[in-house]
Amino acid sequence: MLQVESLTKSFDGFLAVSGANLSVERGEIVAVIGPNGAGKTTLFKLITGHLRPDEGRIIFEGQSISGLRPYEVCRRGISLSFQVVNVFNRMTVFENVQVAVLSHQKKTRKLFSSSGRHGIEETEEILGNVGLADKARRVSGSLSHGDQKVLEMAIALGNRPDLLILDEPTAGMSPEETSVTIDLIHRLTRELGLTILFCEHDMELVFSIAHRIMVMQYGRSLIQGAPQEVRSNEEVQAAYLGGT
Amino acid sequence: MQRGPFNWKTLWPYAAVFAALLFLPMALSRFYIYITAVIYVTALLAMSLNMVVGHGGLYQFHHAAFYGVGAYTCALILVRTELPAWVAFAAAPFAAAFTGLLIGWFCVRLNKLYFGMLQISLGSLLWAIVFRWYDLTGGDDGIHGVPIPDAISTINTSYYFILLVLAACVSVMYLIYRSPFGKTLQAIRDNPERCEAVGINVRRHQLMGIVVATFFAGIAGVLFVVVEGSVFPDLLFWVLSLEVFIMCLLGGWFTFAGPMVGAAVTVALRTFVGTYTEYWTLILGVILILLIFFLPEGVMGFIIEKVQGGEAEE
Repeated sequence: MLQVESLTKSFDGFLAVSGANLSVERGEIVAVIGPNGAGKTTLFKLITGHLRPDEGRIIFEGQSISGLRPYEVCRRGISLSFQVVNVFNRMTVFENVQVAVLSHQKKTRKLFSSSGRHGIEETEEILGNVGLADKARRVSGSLSHGDQKVLEMAIALGNRPDLLILDEPTAGMSPEETSVTIDLIHRLTRELGLTILFCEHDMELVFSIAHRIMVMQYGRSLIQGAPQEVRSNEEVQAAYLGGT
Repeated sequence: MQRGPFNWKTLWPYAAVFAALLFLPMALSRFYIYITAVIYVTALLAMSLNMVVGHGGLYQFHHAAFYGVGAYTCALILVRTELPAWVAFAAAPFAAAFTGLLIGWFCVRLNKLYFGMLQISLGSLLWAIVFRWYDLTGGDDGIHGVPIPDAISTINTSYYFILLVLAACVSVMYLIYRSPFGKTLQAIRDNPERCEAVGINVRRHQLMGIVVATFFAGIAGVLFVVVEGSVFPDLLFWVLSLEVFIMCLLGGWFTFAGPMVGAAVTVALRTFVGTYTEYWTLILGVILILLIFFLPEGVMGFIIEKVQGGEAEE
């Protein structure tokens, strides 16, 4: 479904991503792990078009998507849930998700009909799925951090993506919120059959839900394989898992 | 979720105000009717600006340019051609919107302040053309004695015409405010990066917002011609743009009706304080400073917060 081949991106001479390879098959959950600064977020932003790669190829569903603008990548079926909460602060939770649904339905240019008539069921369904239905009318800026991270994901779901990219879905969450989010991700993959690419520092989460894991260090991809394979790889143990 | 575009529960105060305004000319002297009409024209201009500033998050720094284009288009067709008056009235908003499309097309390529700077430059260029092109525009003398159709040429009939057009425009603006497009524009204001990530072509929507807003600015320009019977280059001057921008802030730029309040306050200040001192902008400046400290959401934002304070919190 998604192939990333020898992708490279540098900022002012610093190689953030250097020759990274990654592949994601339909229906799979793939995790990217690696120490802070290994280039995980940069890799995701290259895929979603927020950054332009210097070299390398990104193939999605058989077509090159490198160099496309973020909105074009999104329309091909890839949604990103940001690591740092990135929502529409002055709008309600409902409106936050509705905007993504309207965008997906290509209704954002309707001038003279009420937004109360478009994308309502879809939005309610997503909010129900992620457990934000009772907070639908709250202004999103007033939510707790954990709820805002869940809203992040809900917005990304609004586009009905084929591939959902989650950049550290549990970052900054309390242990309780983290376990709720893990359940949510489990449910999303089981019930909606989503293909998910995510990165995460919580190793328990990674090894419990990922089908395959890709390990990054210094912008390079060390290995991509099944959890067992990654766990027993010596290079990975030395680089990241600390010999456990 | 509110399903219909108009909800009487929240709109009846506006309907009541509108009804009261219909009877206003019976109670007021000619001068005050005229001032009220000027407030309506300015209110429409401020409302049109707020569509892109408050709801779209764009630094539309030279909105008056489009207002001026509307007013001049209307006046020139009335004075220089034999075309019927309705053609002049209809052509003006389209001329303004077309200018908005041209200038906006360049501006949306830039962000924030750079957007504003480029717009001031291009708008000032328009002002310079109007100011210098004596043969067409009459230069700094402007055009006086524009023939207004008899039906709306007296102070009372023009008052009603302007009030009705204002009410119609504000209703349409409200429709747009609550439409999928309106919501999208508000989302772009809050977070353009996120909008791109959910598949929205931000620049195209911003440009569309500018075209809609400048269309209404053009209508305001027509109303100015109706109430004043003349046009002059100051209509396109950047100082007016700044004033209108301040009206939006003053009234509450995140609210829908706030800019009308801001326009009323500003025009009233200019008229009444202006008779005592030519330094009325000094008073406006002081009010603005107080506003920033005490009512950062504007007058209307403050009122809405007070009225809904209890019920909005869950």
